Amino acid sequence: MCGGAGKPEAKDIYRPEPATLARSEGLTAHERWFEVKLDSGRPLGHMPGQFVEISVPGIGEAPISVSSAPGRNGAFELVVRNVGNVTRALHGLPAGARIGVRGPFGTSFPVDGAMRGRDVLFICGGIGLVPVRSAIQYVLDHRPDYGAVTILFGTRSPSDRLFTDETAKWAGTRGVTYMETVDRGDAGWTGKVGVITTLMPDLKIDPARTVAVVCGPPIMYKFVIIELHKMKVADENIFVSLERNMKCGVGKCGHCQINGLYVCRKGPVFRYADVNDVREAV
Amino acid sequence: MIRKQVTRQALDAWVDGLIAAGRVVGAQKKGGRYAFDDLRRAADLCLDYDVTILPPKKYFLPPKEDILRFSDGRYESVSDAAPFTLLGVHPYDMAAIAQMDKLFAQDNRDEHYLARREQATVVVCDIERMSPNIFAASVGTATAADGCDALITRVGRAYVIESHTAKGERLLAGLAGAPDADAVTLARREQLWEDNARLMSRRELRVEPRRLPRLLEDAYDHPVWEEKASQCFACGSCNLVCPTCYCFDVQDDVEWDPSRGVRRRVWDGCMLTDFATVAGKHNFRKNRADRYRHRYYRKGKYVPEKIGDFSCVGCGRCVSACVARIADPVEVYNRIAEVQ
Repeated sequence: MCGGAGKPEAKDIYRPEPATLARSEGLTAHERWFEVKLDSGRPLGHMPGQFVEISVPGIGEAPISVSSAPGRNGAFELVVRNVGNVTRALHGLPAGARIGVRGPFGTSFPVDGAMRGRDVLFICGGIGLVPVRSAIQYVLDHRPDYGAVTILFGTRSPSDRLFTDETAKWAGTRGVTYMETVDRGDAGWTGKVGVITTLMPDLKIDPARTVAVVCGPPIMYKFVIIELHKMKVADENIFVSLERNMKCGVGKCGHCQINGLYVCRKGPVFRYADVNDVREAV
Repeated sequence: MIRKQVTRQALDAWVDGLIAAGRVVGAQKKGGRYAFDDLRRAADLCLDYDVTILPPKKYFLPPKEDILRFSDGRYESVSDAAPFTLLGVHPYDMAAIAQMDKLFAQDNRDEHYLARREQATVVVCDIERMSPNIFAASVGTATAADGCDALITRVGRAYVIESHTAKGERLLAGLAGAPDADAVTLARREQLWEDNARLMSRRELRVEPRRLPRLLEDAYDHPVWEEKASQCFACGSCNLVCPTCYCFDVQDDVEWDPSRGVRRRVWDGCMLTDFATVAGKHNFRKNRADRYRHRYYRKGKYVPEKIGDFSCVGCGRCVSACVARIADPVEVYNRIAEVQ
């Protein structure tokens, strides 16, 4: 450390490494897509479902899920909803702007574990698609390693849908079932209307072969899990990604705790069987 | 181990020597109460205080601490950790420091905390006067705790000063001319420890701390949380004065040129309304009762499950600091134990 008793900087768990916003693009009125490159040129080294701490100098730091699968050209992608100080600042930054990155942190979707060789059911509400997209891309990049793939995506309105080009591609992919719904339609909407659980009773899945991945707003989990239980999917085969305030990312600051669990270290991805008796979880 | 026996006069001369040689922090009078502050002369050192307003935690995890400096998108670590001696820490506060040592070193090493800690030589003093709310004996922290570098105990008119580590031995070098503690004095010191343990169990936790994690498992819906929390102002005073609360927030501060500035760590408290709020305003612990319970679960279950120690050291500061008079761990944990 400079200015004091010498501690090597590399060991400081709070020090971001320099990175650049390579490209960005608005996705909806509130969400923006970013491609980030670490100045060191090293790949981030994340697995789907993990998050990074993004620093905007002078504004602060915020935990953001990585939205791309690992190993795509050394850069990684984020989708950021404009809801707080850091995210508002990020939205205002031009391509080429300097930011800081720490991570990746936390647990990942078990793409190389419990999901391998199984049918996979992705259930995403709103920006819950952002971290899950990383796992979907990973599964599609390694297609022979998985069985049937089903993707459910629900948003408040048609204009809140993310990655519409990519979801259209998923819909057209053999062996992939893609279904979407909106809470409220608009004049041009001809698709399904209703909360995401309304898509579930029509699903034909084999519960013994299926692993479910769930990510969405806090209210969504318990209702989706009730439906999964009706479909006889066991808690061991349900993985949830839970949002909390992962301020430090390294298990110290206390903000992200779900009862005794530090989400930044034990999560954000949990096997539901491990948290179904943890009262603050869902 | 060096074990010296000195008069108060000799002790003061030794402390003045330490002050001349470097930074010394000690317990001192502040208004009608006591506080740790930089010592200018040995005469200001209070070894017979009951409890300090804030624990010595502030020297290892300062209320505000610059951890990074940034300019033009690059971040550098900063630390102003420098050698100092911390004089007159009570055993319960030493136990708290020892817990934080584990928590900040565990899993991911927090070099900011650990750098400050490494630079410190900590001298514990046995308790001469009890604060009204102390219950240290109930949680095993009434007498000298592990982790200190040296220990001072007043025995009658004499002081026994004993080194526990190499750092402590170096500190005691200035006492080379003093006589070694004699057997009678050391026997009286043993007696004093026994007396202290007895006196400080007057306010008694009626449950062994090691049983609390299990008891709390079944106490999630106990009425005590709602009952107490309904009086809570969510002011965070209990967090502020607690020697084992270490949750923090991180904030950026810029210079006139907004591309340059510092990132700062500041104390935070789990009783404050927005502690578990995420961007977008969803608050995962919106109810006061949920926050209140969380604090007692942290002390009684969550931290013990991480490091093996009951995370309340029995100093009683929260009891005194709470304006609503609802923050007494003895009362809360005894209520939990009653039902079982």
